[in-house]
Amino acid sequence: MDITLTHYLVVAALLFTIGVFGIFVNRKNVIIILMSIELVLLSVNINLVAFSAFLQNIEGQIFAMMVLTVAAAEAAVGLAILVTYFRNRGGIAVEDINQMRG
Amino acid sequence: MSPLQDLIASGPHLLPEAVLVVFALGALFFGALLGADRWFGLTSTAGVAALVAAGALAIARQPVAPVDVFLGAMVIDGVSAFAKALIAFAAAATLFLGAVHFNATRERRFEFPILVCLAVLGMFVMVSAQDLITLYIGVELQSLSAYVLAAWRRDDAFSSEAGLKYFVLSAISSGLLLFGASFVYGFTGSIDFDVIAAAVSEGAGGVGLVFGLVLMLCALAFKMSAAPFHMWTPDVYEGAPTPVTAFFAAAPKVAAVTLMARVLYEPFAGLEAQWQQVIAALAAISMVWGAFGALLQTNLKRLMAYSSIANMGFALMGLAAGLEQGPASALIYLALYVPANIGIFALILAMRRDGAPAETVADLAGLAQKRPWMAALFTMLLFSIAGVPPFAGFIGKLLVFQASVDAGLVWLAVLGGVAAVVAAAYYLRLLASIWFQPPAAALQPAGNANLITATFAAALTFPILVVALGSIERWAEAAVRMWF
Repeated sequence: MDITLTHYLVVAALLFTIGVFGIFVNRKNVIIILMSIELVLLSVNINLVAFSAFLQNIEGQIFAMMVLTVAAAEAAVGLAILVTYFRNRGGIAVEDINQMRG
Repeated sequence: MSPLQDLIASGPHLLPEAVLVVFALGALFFGALLGADRWFGLTSTAGVAALVAAGALAIARQPVAPVDVFLGAMVIDGVSAFAKALIAFAAAATLFLGAVHFNATRERRFEFPILVCLAVLGMFVMVSAQDLITLYIGVELQSLSAYVLAAWRRDDAFSSEAGLKYFVLSAISSGLLLFGASFVYGFTGSIDFDVIAAAVSEGAGGVGLVFGLVLMLCALAFKMSAAPFHMWTPDVYEGAPTPVTAFFAAAPKVAAVTLMARVLYEPFAGLEAQWQQVIAALAAISMVWGAFGALLQTNLKRLMAYSSIANMGFALMGLAAGLEQGPASALIYLALYVPANIGIFALILAMRRDGAPAETVADLAGLAQKRPWMAALFTMLLFSIAGVPPFAGFIGKLLVFQASVDAGLVWLAVLGGVAAVVAAAYYLRLLASIWFQPPAAALQPAGNANLITATFAAALTFPILVVALGSIERWAEAAVRMWF
């Protein structure tokens, strides 16, 4: 069986959906949310590289490199904020992040 | 043109950005080298000066015709100059307020002006974006700085919770933006806005392209806190330190609305029939949700969060009209709305009792008897945001209503009118509390910096901006003419 563009897009869409569900359904741990965010960004990279190969156009791969770089910076900032949160509250359970409501 | 020649030719057009980069990197270097927390005042003053200089340069060096820089990755044109000036001046005012505030509360960390300037740099990239990578990098530079600013009070549980919430929800929206962008790239074959526009007008893409566009619009609506993607706004506004909230409420909104306008009217102008309904729906939901959500709020910062959601609805109403007046009225709306918003935050910052912030509606009670000048300023600024004539906010609302009616979206204008009346109810509730209730316990004397900023903002809402309206209108209309 040949692997076509559609196969890549379906895999990327599945990963994206798993990532988004991981963020909204998970009630336990903020670390899992960070992992889900990475999954979402990586699914985008699969999309970009698949389109890039299919179109014979290099721009998509450059875009994917940019996404990887920014994702690393984003994870660093996110973990730093998570550390300050942990110091203030003594835990990172998702259901406890509810001091402000309304 | 070779890349090197292009770099040399691009340089002079990017002076506003260069000023911010030089300040941010220089201040970071010296701050890390010298432990410059004790020079917080100096760094902040330099930051305000850099922002004012960047804004002035953006106006002074506005090119006659759009100039492509960095091999077409960015463009310098009238729209970017208008937005950059507004962003830089709004950020300078909020940085000034924040520096004075953090100096008084002894939270003198030198990174504050640097992060504000980096966020503004991100916004400059956003409003100049001419391809999908630039768009993404601009949005992320702004967002990453904003996450840190929201969690600025490291030892405060509310502030770090605000930062965490903002980070998680904003990261989801970045994911949506990228997923949409990847589809746009895949179905048009390019990341360049001009090539995308050409492909769109030839009918490329189909469902995949529209899917990508809608995902991107949802993500941008999130960044500008338009309902139904506003859920982060009240919590982040409440939890973040008040000067940071003032910053969030002003400059990033301008950047997000301008970027949205650019995306709609440049690459996707050919899909107007598709996006007009989406934008009109976002506008309608934001106006209604913002107006009704604010009715029950007791915290002033949460209330201002709902107010900003409603106001983004009005700006989107301008964008939904696909005519020349549409994006022009949205830009003018922002120029008239942002000063009043900064003024109100200057007054909220000034309200302190026994060294702690006094930020609830109850704290406003009887302000008119204790501090008549503050009460008068509150009245002018709230009237302007509510859209009461003759203040500037009224003219802004009038222009977006006009654009919406001209575009045949009469239902949207009617809905906007109803939402504005409902919103007026909660602004009037604040004013009733200020003028007619028995005084609450006395507040501390307000700082001069806050009162001067608020007085200046009030003077802008009436009469300065009303008198200058003609030239602002001419500028904005000339800027957006290239899209039609």
